Amino acid sequence: MSVYLLLILIGLPLAGFLFARRQAVAMVGGGSSLHSLPDFHGAYVAAWTGIPATLLVVLWIALQGPVLDQAVFASLPDDFRDAVENQSLVIAEIHSVADGRIFGEPAPEVRAAAERLQTWRSIASWSMVAVAAAAALAGLVVTRSRLAPAFRARHRVEDVLSGLMVVCSVIAVLTTLGILLSLVFESVRFFARVPWYEFLFGLNWEPQIAIRSDQVAGLGSFGAVPVFLGTVVIAVIAMLVATPIGLLSAIYLTEFASPRFRAIAKPSLEILAGIPTVVYGFFAVLTVAPALRIAGTWVGLDVAPNSALAAGSVMGLMIIPFISSLSDDALAAVPQSMRDGSAALGATKSETIVKVLLPAALPGIMGGVLLAVSRAIGETMIVVMAAGLIAKMTLNPFDSVTTVTVQIVTLLIGDTEFDSPKTLAAFGLGLVLFISTLCLNVLALRIVQKYREQYE
Amino acid sequence: MSDTSPQIASAQLGTASVATHEPPRFDWNAPETRRRFAARHRANRRLQIYGLSAIGLAALLIAILVGSLVATGYQSFVQTHVTFEVFVDPAKVDATDPSKGNFRLIVRDSFAAQFPDVTNPRDQRSLTDVMTADAPFIVRDQVVADPSLIGQRVRVTMPVSDAFDQLQKGVTPRDVPETQRKVNDKQIAWFDTLVERGQITVPFNTALFVSADSRFPELAGLAGAIVGSFYALLVCFLISFPVGIAAAVYLEEFARKGRWSDILEVNINNLAAVPSVVFGLLGLAVFLGFFGLPRSTPLVGGMVLALMTLPTIIIATRSALKAVPPSIREAALGVGASKHQVVLHHVLPLAMPGILTGTIIGMAQALGETAPLLLIGMNAFITSPPGGILESATALPTQIFIWADSPERGFVSRTSAAILVLIGFLIAMNLVAVILRKRFERRW
Repeated sequence: MSVYLLLILIGLPLAGFLFARRQAVAMVGGGSSLHSLPDFHGAYVAAWTGIPATLLVVLWIALQGPVLDQAVFASLPDDFRDAVENQSLVIAEIHSVADGRIFGEPAPEVRAAAERLQTWRSIASWSMVAVAAAAALAGLVVTRSRLAPAFRARHRVEDVLSGLMVVCSVIAVLTTLGILLSLVFESVRFFARVPWYEFLFGLNWEPQIAIRSDQVAGLGSFGAVPVFLGTVVIAVIAMLVATPIGLLSAIYLTEFASPRFRAIAKPSLEILAGIPTVVYGFFAVLTVAPALRIAGTWVGLDVAPNSALAAGSVMGLMIIPFISSLSDDALAAVPQSMRDGSAALGATKSETIVKVLLPAALPGIMGGVLLAVSRAIGETMIVVMAAGLIAKMTLNPFDSVTTVTVQIVTLLIGDTEFDSPKTLAAFGLGLVLFISTLCLNVLALRIVQKYREQYE
Repeated sequence: MSDTSPQIASAQLGTASVATHEPPRFDWNAPETRRRFAARHRANRRLQIYGLSAIGLAALLIAILVGSLVATGYQSFVQTHVTFEVFVDPAKVDATDPSKGNFRLIVRDSFAAQFPDVTNPRDQRSLTDVMTADAPFIVRDQVVADPSLIGQRVRVTMPVSDAFDQLQKGVTPRDVPETQRKVNDKQIAWFDTLVERGQITVPFNTALFVSADSRFPELAGLAGAIVGSFYALLVCFLISFPVGIAAAVYLEEFARKGRWSDILEVNINNLAAVPSVVFGLLGLAVFLGFFGLPRSTPLVGGMVLALMTLPTIIIATRSALKAVPPSIREAALGVGASKHQVVLHHVLPLAMPGILTGTIIGMAQALGETAPLLLIGMNAFITSPPGGILESATALPTQIFIWADSPERGFVSRTSAAILVLIGFLIAMNLVAVILRKRFERRW
């Protein structure tokens, strides 16, 4: 079937292109001159043959699944359907039976539905091919009939191109909208079960309890304050590690280092930014956490194996290049005249840096730090691997804490069920995460931009 | 803030006192002045040292990171194998249907035959612990592939089990009490005998690159993850490359500057800073939940990665387009090209090296991205490489995550090895980007 589809979606437009071009060339033979080059005539026909049909197929594939699911569910016998508590579970069972993966003894109704689903699927697929072919052929015939020497094929093709470009640039907006809508939609469903003030101000986070069917969800088990607190603890540790190291190395690289040293050191620092976060996570588990534990026993401290300190300090390591390159930019943007003026007054280099450059570059550095905080809050893999799973109300860096991102991942791993408050809670957390990082980013960009205007 | 600082600086320098008639001679050699000088220069040196030590600390941390990965990972690039003769007993295998034979018994008897003095059935069973637990299947696959082996003696080389692999590599210490290790003294003695006879070899671990995941560390490989990552990146590229270029060209060359283009621009910049796990939530809710696309597949993974890579590609393309001087556009317009022709025939080709560089860097980021793939289920346990974009698969970073979570000792080293492989791919991609930039980027 996919062969037919390829034939329709690629072969027909290609054929249309060749036909139309030949037709256009033939028209010149009659003595009249063409408005557009023959290739544009070809491209015009090809575009109207291929694009609508492709859009149709994409739309069809996207919608076929949900529509068929609803149809199959509606086709179940009424008494069977009424007895069903969980619609998506039944649909999932029908799916696996239809795919030949049979676990246990499915009900006869499910088997029948699975067979229906299979037939409907093949009917739907073939009608999709038929509809696509019809659309492509219609486009081909209609557009070919419009070709004429005076036909402004180039303009039409350029209009199509412009339209495609607009569509592509809208995808970015659609992505943001998609993120926002899906987060809000699922969060609304979550807040219908767990009141939002419970979620935002509750002090007890035990989402696993709610999965038991004999228990009413919510009421104390979805208070996210300990999760937020854990996120803050780890982010603060990360910033305490990253800010001094990043800022001091930026100062050294912009003000003290020789060009040769800078040429080597700056890219080496940026290596840190290119390492995937899962690698940092493993590094935290493999090396940093055991090392901290051993160091803790020397000093007589009890360090948890998945302490906030281990996750936070490795996250700090990850953020160093971020802070150092943004502070580097901020320092480099301070006009040379300010350095010269300070030096002319007899200030040493360090006095110039501390009393002139840093205050002048402060907004830029603050912007960088805020961006880094938003990175730290949103960072996932390091904390998933190295931080804890249990939410604790503690500020102790040697204790194990959990974060928003850890909870999102653990609540959703291996779970396709959207109906339990447990999985919906992940979307609630996601919404909080999205909004807070967005605010931080906007604020940071504002600060950086405002500051830039001062000197340019 | 900046306008006050020179005053502060001058006040500190102590040069503010100016007499009205005759300026008093400043004594540069007064002990007080020299002390102050020395202190100020010490402060200068201190800041320099702080800066240098910050860089040194960062470099040290990089070194520890890489060092610990190499130190644990290099051992997984070799694998301990045992070679012995297997007698494919015709009594235990039916020549008409060789796959149904009792290979467990065949392997056990053949391996026990290596140690004729071990007769106790319990010892014989504990002897088989030396081989990988999949030994019967390894022999079975050979016999099924070549049924003429039935009734013959075949030399078979297979991995030893993880415990003995670790023993051979020196990871498991021998000098701890027997109760604290996975292998007992008897087994160690047998294993040493095998070593003495030359039946133990430690060749390059090809399984790491040609096998897919397995429950047993000695058999687990990265092939499935590499193929899965390849498909996901392919989907990601096919979506994000054309869409990203089209969007960037529109914004840079065609869009009228105004409210709409501002919204688009702010949007793209913000999208670049959205946490990756949120993209995973988007994929879960929209691609899996709403459109019902199959879970755990490279198709969905690639689509999510494409949305994440899009801002990177758009931003890189825009700066590459900006770098093409306006004179090129004006010249093309001057000879009668339409605006579209100017862009397609002249500006885009000239900007292509920059665009490709940005795209490769975006792809490298996508290759290392883990969290969104976890949420759409690309962390399943899958023992064969995917055959297409619609089959369940893992990707390199999610495979690393799975292995890092596995309790077996052998997976620690495998995880590090997988990380080294992943970093190898990333370095290769970045090198290509650097070479591309060096060779083809033009400066006007």
